[in-house]
Amino acid sequence: MNTAILGASVARILSQLRHDPRTIAMMIVVPGVLMGLIYAMFGGAGPTTSSVLLIMLGLFPFVIMFLITSIAMLRERQSGTLERLMTTRIGKGDLLFAYGIAFGVAAAVQASVAAACAYLLFGLDTAGSAALLVLIAVMTALLGVGLGLLCSAFARTEFQAVQLLPVVVIPQILLCGLFVPRDEMAGWLQAVSDVLPLSYAVDALQQVGANADPTVTLWRDLIVVGGCVIAGLALAAATLRRRTA
Amino acid sequence: MDDAIIVTDLVVERGMTTVLDHLSCRMPAGRITGLLGPSGAGKTTLIRAVVGVQFVRSGTVTVLGRPAGSRDLRARVGYVTQAPSVYSDLTVLENARYFATLAGADAAAARRAVDEVGLKSSRDQLVGTLSGGQWSRASLACAIVGDPDLLVLDEPTVGQDPVLREELWASFRQRADNGTTVLVSSHVMDEANRCDRLLLIRGGGLLADDTPGEVKRRAGTTDLDQAFLELIRRSASGADERDVNPAIDDSGGAHRLRHPRTHNPDTHQQDSGDSPVRTRRAAS
Repeated sequence: MNTAILGASVARILSQLRHDPRTIAMMIVVPGVLMGLIYAMFGGAGPTTSSVLLIMLGLFPFVIMFLITSIAMLRERQSGTLERLMTTRIGKGDLLFAYGIAFGVAAAVQASVAAACAYLLFGLDTAGSAALLVLIAVMTALLGVGLGLLCSAFARTEFQAVQLLPVVVIPQILLCGLFVPRDEMAGWLQAVSDVLPLSYAVDALQQVGANADPTVTLWRDLIVVGGCVIAGLALAAATLRRRTA
Repeated sequence: MDDAIIVTDLVVERGMTTVLDHLSCRMPAGRITGLLGPSGAGKTTLIRAVVGVQFVRSGTVTVLGRPAGSRDLRARVGYVTQAPSVYSDLTVLENARYFATLAGADAAAARRAVDEVGLKSSRDQLVGTLSGGQWSRASLACAIVGDPDLLVLDEPTVGQDPVLREELWASFRQRADNGTTVLVSSHVMDEANRCDRLLLIRGGGLLADDTPGEVKRRAGTTDLDQAFLELIRRSASGADERDVNPAIDDSGGAHRLRHPRTHNPDTHQQDSGDSPVRTRRAAS
């Protein structure tokens, strides 16, 4: 790890985002609009609306960051910039952690705006603190970044990259407890749900929703999610090759 | 004179195709070496082997005394790929600054590099909004920004007008005079004349390794275009005793079998219409 190179790479990725105001606008506005839709669907504020919004605060950053990162990494590959970077002093870890940090910053902005909308406009009610909620949302976004970077190694084209969404992301959404509570699922489905990292992120959000103070379960969930983020980035670095055929 | 690059018995295969076939050559330090050859001859592959991003089957590539791609070479080699690999959603100067940091240079060096490639007036423009020629000059700026000891350029002057080409070659020459080793692939014969040494490769083997003057003398012509036509014709009929690569001396039929040009996946090569391609047709 070279901090100057890591810092320059974070700045470079954020500059690329900054030059794309349409993407920034969509990242910030779209979650709020979708939560408004949920608010209307469930007939205004109430416990059900609140519990769905809570999960959505984790899902939006997860899905959006997964998509953005896998496409961004694929662009590096296809434009030849990745090959060029591999001839420079940058380490594979520097590059991938730079993506993690830069998109983590973007996710923090996104999650803060989304949480503010949920609390102020759509009557989200949590027993725990809003700051903790945003922290979990950012961790969930980083989970999307890590998985996106890892999956981009297995996609050769944008078409393939986009189709990794139904393969990698949608099963996690189905089994995370949003549609059917996890403890009401059949045993084998619970077992599958137990090995999917998004389940822990959603569980952490629900812990904040139900408890005024951070619980032991909450910390366990966060450790699992954080571990998956690190593992995703490290695996992605391991699949990156300086030499190609 | 020291050799900056020593390639020994290099074999690169891609799928069923042998892209480089036991190729050996040397490139002198502080000189401009031109790499020439028809589309699909293996120019880009050889360049990728030199900068250490090509997976090789066997053989060695030594760059500045170390195996190609070594960690301590990474700050000393500047590489311009054939596709201008810079970030289209950053400005020219932002790109140069980023690659300056990677090379261990500062922001002032980034500004100088942008000026040197003639992009001073558009340095705050997004690269994606530039013309093709400007785009590839932005890419060049990112390679020279750290004043590398070895500059590897894959067709850097494609799409440049004659005035700019003149300026770019003057800057390559100046760098060589200051001790930089320059390896440049090209298919423009006018540019080949400006090199100190020429490597002509065809079908993954070396056809000529000489000064432009000597290449012309051997072929008995004063025109480099004609000289290459002649050398390729001789190699196809096995007549040139100085050919380094015995595989090329095989009968033309065997040669064609081994290197089916149309199936060569070296797709970066887009130098259609260059004279060696015409030569090949003339020779067969």
